[in-house]
Amino acid sequence: MPEWLISLIKILVIVFGFVMAVASLLTVLGDRKQSAKIQNRVGPNRARLFGTNILKDTGIPHFIADGIKMVLKEPTMPANANKFLFLLAPGLVLLPGLFGWAAIPFADQWCSGQIMVSPEYQEVCTGGEWKNYFQIMDVNAGLLYVFAITSVSIYGAAIAGWASNSKFSLLGGLRSTAQMISYEVTLGLSLAGLILIYGTLDLNEMVRMQGTQLGGWLPMWGVVVQPVAFFVFFLAGMAETKRAPFDLPESESELVAGYITEYSSMSFGAMQLGEYAATVMIGALVAILFFGGWQVPYLYGDGFHFGTPNGTPDLALNYYVVILLRIGSMIVKTLFFVWLQFMMRWTLPRFRYDQVMTLGWKILLPLSLANLVITAIVAAIL
Amino acid sequence: MQIADYSALMIFLVLGVVVAGAISALANQFGPRNKTKQKVLPYESGSNPIGSPQQMRFSVKFYMLAISFILFDLETIFVIPWAVAWKQNDMLGHGLYALGVMLVFVTILTIGLVYEWKQGGLEWD
Repeated sequence: MPEWLISLIKILVIVFGFVMAVASLLTVLGDRKQSAKIQNRVGPNRARLFGTNILKDTGIPHFIADGIKMVLKEPTMPANANKFLFLLAPGLVLLPGLFGWAAIPFADQWCSGQIMVSPEYQEVCTGGEWKNYFQIMDVNAGLLYVFAITSVSIYGAAIAGWASNSKFSLLGGLRSTAQMISYEVTLGLSLAGLILIYGTLDLNEMVRMQGTQLGGWLPMWGVVVQPVAFFVFFLAGMAETKRAPFDLPESESELVAGYITEYSSMSFGAMQLGEYAATVMIGALVAILFFGGWQVPYLYGDGFHFGTPNGTPDLALNYYVVILLRIGSMIVKTLFFVWLQFMMRWTLPRFRYDQVMTLGWKILLPLSLANLVITAIVAAIL
Repeated sequence: MQIADYSALMIFLVLGVVVAGAISALANQFGPRNKTKQKVLPYESGSNPIGSPQQMRFSVKFYMLAISFILFDLETIFVIPWAVAWKQNDMLGHGLYALGVMLVFVTILTIGLVYEWKQGGLEWD
């Protein structure tokens, strides 16, 4: 198969298959059904599939109906809005959320030969080469790329707020810009300690390094070596996605819907989809950086090894099964963190705006700085 | 890493823009169009808007925040390459030197953060 065809298939399967279909379906469902369960409601159960009652109570037909309605509703634009910027903003929110997925690995590279595991937990591919099948782009500065691309969506929020010619939108846009740039600093700085330990920005390589074990039994996941960074990163990530308890930019009771107020039809849909994609993105990043990404504990290229690998696996597995387990592991971890974000979202009340800023600048930023300094000192001594 | 490895990203960029354009074109095609005077009014809880928000003034705090963001984001940009190079530095025996350099850098910025804090640049009341 030619190279471009492989790339195209990867893009279609990962982004338009997983991120846009499965993940957004699950997040929309989670958003509506899970919140209903938490608030002791029934949730969406009215839409029906072709007049039958199949899946009626699950709310899945609602998801399809919502998608169709986005297309069939009237796109409006407020008077005196800046036409070009008004139409550009949804794209600037949606596309960065999707483009970030280019660097996310869903499994290790494919070994076309025989795979061996060395006593140092390194996987060696003999008689073949590594093929990059489970990651759209094998970029060695993956983490930097993800941060660079996803932070472009700040422009989307700011432009949407300004171009709408509505006061609620402007306030929402300002608030979300301020909030996102505040937490952007913490988001990057909290990972410095982790990068120091791994010594690379390649996401796939980072996951591979989490395959070693501490004392022969505890998987060396990022959360084991950098527990503080995990909490700081997860909180900052939640604030970046602008979801409750950090949903100040679109707090319904104060600002109607923030910078989305004037949007309707597919522009609104694109903004929502972009935010869901960002939520799943944070889940995937947490899984990759702190919870071993596609790693399954004790599972290596040729099967399960309990204790130090000595050539023969304790439970030999087919290579295809290993790959499937790893992809499954990555997806389950990602969805778990999406679920956790929704759980927090529907359990905690909204902060006040000054509390959000205080948390970002006076607590999380000094905490991530201290974490970096302590990690560096410990690494220098050891 | 070869330049050819970025071809996947190029395909992705084109495809993403095409898909985004296609869905908005679909909405434009199938959505009804009946503009009324009330419908195009910016939402303001039903009253007629007074003045344009695009000429409105907003709190100077946001500018302060943007300036602090630039400083601390630059700090992140300088710290991350240092962190990536740490392993090589440590292996070559420059570990303590690298640590000292970083500590000086972080200390200066922490002094800046403390100064801003004391001056009330981070207060929101």
